[in-house]
Amino acid sequence: MAGIPHDHYEPKSSGEKWLHRRLPIVSLIYDTLMIPTPKNLNWMWIWGIVLTFCLVLQIATGVVLAMHYTPNVDMAFASIEHIMRDVNGGAMLRYVHMNGASLFFIAVYAHIFRGLYYGSYKEPREVTWIIGILIFVLMMGTAFMGYVLPWGQMSFWGATVITGLFGAIPFVGEPIQTLLLGGPAVDNATLNRFFSLHYLLPFLIVGLVAVHIWAFHTTGNNNPTGVEVRRASKEEAEKDTVPFWPYYVLKDLFALAVILAIFFAIVGFMPNYLGHPDNYIEANPLSTPAHIVPEWYFLPFYAILRAFTSDVWVVIIAEFVTGGIIDAKFFGVLAMFGAIAVMALAPWLDTSSVRSGRYRPMFKWWFWILVADFFFLMWLGAMPAEEPYATFSLIGSAYWFGYFLVILPLMGVIEKPLEQPETIEAAFAADKAKANGGAGATDATPAE
Amino acid sequence: MKGTNQMIRKIALSALTALGLVAGGSAFAAGGAGHVEDYDFSFEGPFGTYDQMQLQRGLQVYTEICAACHGLQYVSFRALGYDGGPHLPGDQVRAYAEFYEVFDEELDDFRPARPTDYFPKSGLENAPDLSLMAKARAGFHGPYGLGINQLFKGMGGPEYIASLLTGYTGEEKEEFGSVFYENKAFPGGWIAMSPPLYGDDVEYEDGSPAEIEDLAKDVSAFLMWTAEPGLNARKEAGFISVLFLIILSVLLYLTNKRIWAPIKKGKAATPAE
Repeated sequence: MAGIPHDHYEPKSSGEKWLHRRLPIVSLIYDTLMIPTPKNLNWMWIWGIVLTFCLVLQIATGVVLAMHYTPNVDMAFASIEHIMRDVNGGAMLRYVHMNGASLFFIAVYAHIFRGLYYGSYKEPREVTWIIGILIFVLMMGTAFMGYVLPWGQMSFWGATVITGLFGAIPFVGEPIQTLLLGGPAVDNATLNRFFSLHYLLPFLIVGLVAVHIWAFHTTGNNNPTGVEVRRASKEEAEKDTVPFWPYYVLKDLFALAVILAIFFAIVGFMPNYLGHPDNYIEANPLSTPAHIVPEWYFLPFYAILRAFTSDVWVVIIAEFVTGGIIDAKFFGVLAMFGAIAVMALAPWLDTSSVRSGRYRPMFKWWFWILVADFFFLMWLGAMPAEEPYATFSLIGSAYWFGYFLVILPLMGVIEKPLEQPETIEAAFAADKAKANGGAGATDATPAE
Repeated sequence: MKGTNQMIRKIALSALTALGLVAGGSAFAAGGAGHVEDYDFSFEGPFGTYDQMQLQRGLQVYTEICAACHGLQYVSFRALGYDGGPHLPGDQVRAYAEFYEVFDEELDDFRPARPTDYFPKSGLENAPDLSLMAKARAGFHGPYGLGINQLFKGMGGPEYIASLLTGYTGEEKEEFGSVFYENKAFPGGWIAMSPPLYGDDVEYEDGSPAEIEDLAKDVSAFLMWTAEPGLNARKEAGFISVLFLIILSVLLYLTNKRIWAPIKKGKAATPAE
C-alpha cells in the first residue's frame, strides 16, 4: 500500500507462508491495524468508528427485524406490533434500530463538520471527501425508506411528500415519480420496493465505506494541525505517528462505550422521544395529519427546500430565464440537493493553502456561523411555512450557499493565516507542554 | 442536542409546505391545544414500573365501559397473564377470554375466545382502536403542547387520556347531525365521544376508590400497558446496559490512559508484539 512508510507483515511460520502466497489476507489485516496514524488526533476523530459501529448495528438489527416484518399495506403495521409484543427481544431490537438511525446521523454530522473545520476535504483527500458525501446521501435515502416501513401515518405522508419532490423535475419528473412509487400514489408497490431498497442500500454503503477507508489509508489521516506526516523515512514517520492498534483502537473503544451508555439510556428510558407519535397510528390515505414533519435529521435540508418560494427574486429570475421550466417547486428541489452538492465541491471552492481551521483566524468565525446556521435551519425545518420563518429560512439557506460559494473562495485570498507548526511531533510536544504548564488553552478547537 | 431538536419539533406547528407538496393541505384547522393535567403514574421516570393492581382495575374499567365501542386488536388475551402486566393467573385469563366471541375460520363459526386469541377490533366504526392510543397521543397529537414535558414531568399519552376522560364540561352542540361534547383536553375542544365516566361506574373488587379521576387514571395506566407491554422489561434492560457500559467505559478509560502515557511523555510507540 502506498502512503506513510511503516513495517509490513512478514509471514514467519510455514503455515503463514503457505497462506500468504495464496491469499495475503493476514497481511491486509496487519497493515490496516498497524497503519501509522498521526499521534495528535483529538476527540473529534472518534466519529469514524462510531459510524462504522452504527452501520454494523443497523444491519445486524435490521436483518433480524426483516425476519419478522411483512411488507404489505394490510399487514406491515400489525407485523411491527407483532415484533414489539410477541418476538423475543423484539421491542428492544426495534427500539435500537429506530434510535440507531438517530445516533448514525448525529455521528455523521459531527464527522462532516469535523472535516469542514480541519480541512480534511482538501488536497489530497478530495476522493475520500466525495465518497463520504455519497455515503451521506445513501444514508439519507436508506433512513427515509426505513421510516416508511412501519406504515404509520408519518410513514405514509412523509413518503407522499418526499416522492412528490421528484414529480417537480421538469419533463421526466412524473415518470420518475411513478417509477419510484410503482403506481400513481404511495401504495403496496411503494412499500415493497422501499423494503427491498432499504435492505439493499446499506450494503452499498458498506462497499463505499471500504473505499472511503482505503482512500484515507492511502493519503493518511488528516489531523488537527493539518500538517502532513513526514514520510521521507520510516524513522521520521514514526516521530509523527503511532500505529492504529492499540493506541487509537482503545481510544475509539472508550469513546464508543461512553456514547453507547447515553444511547442505551435513551433506548431504555425514552425510546420514542425522537419519533413522532403519529407513527403509532396506522397509515390512512384518507386522513392527512395536521402537521407533516420529517425526522429531525432531515430538517435543515427540508428548511432549504421550503425556503425558495415563488416570490423570492432568485426564483423569479430563474423562472423568467428558463421560460418557466424552473418553477418555485423545482427550484426548491434543486436548492435542497444543491446544498449537499456544494459540500461535495468544497475541496475546489476552498482556495486557502492552509488546511486546518486552527491556523485560520477569519475562517474560524465563518465556520462557527455555519454550524449555528445548520441548527438554525434545523429549527426552521420544524416551523410552519409562514412569516417570519419563511424569511429566516431564506437567510439561513443564503448563508449555507454563501459559505461554500463565496466565503470559502474569498477567504483564501483575503485571510492572513497564522504560523503552522513545522511537524506533528512539534505540535504534539507543544500541546503537551501547554497542558502540563496548566495554561488555559484558548484555542477554539472543540473537545480536545 | 437531541432533546433540543425534539423540543423544537414538538413546539413547532409545521403546516404543509408553501410549495404545495401535497394537494389538499392539512385537513384540520388546529383549534388550539387542549389542557393536559400532569397526573402521577407509577411507571414514570427511569425506574418507574406498572402497578399490577392498577392494571387489573384498569382492565375492569376497560371491559365494563370502553369495550362497548372500542377494541384492542393488537393485544392478546394471554398477555393479561404476563409478568409486568396485569399478571392474571392462568385460569382467570382463560375465563376472561371466554367472555369474548371470535370468528374461527376453521369452524366457519363463532366460538368463545381462547388465551391465544386477540381482543376484538372496535365495534363502533368511528371509535378508534385503543391498543396504541397511549403512544399515539404521547406528544398530545403531534406538536401540540410541550414535548419536553415528557422528559421532565413524565407527561405523555396516559396523562392525555386521563385528562380527556375527566375533561368534559357538560356542554353539547349539534353539527351536521352529530352531537359533539365540549372537552378541555381534546384539541379543538369538541369531541364526538359522549362522556364515558361519571364516577362509581364500576365496583372494584378490592374496594379501591372509584371516583371519576380514579377510574380515568386506572384505565389510562391500563392503556399505557396495552401500548407498551414491555415497559418494565425495557427499563430493566436499559438500566443493566447503562450500568455495564459505564463500567466498561471506566476500564477502557484507564487502559487507554495507561497505553498512551509513554507516548505523552515523548517516547516513540513500541510495536505491539
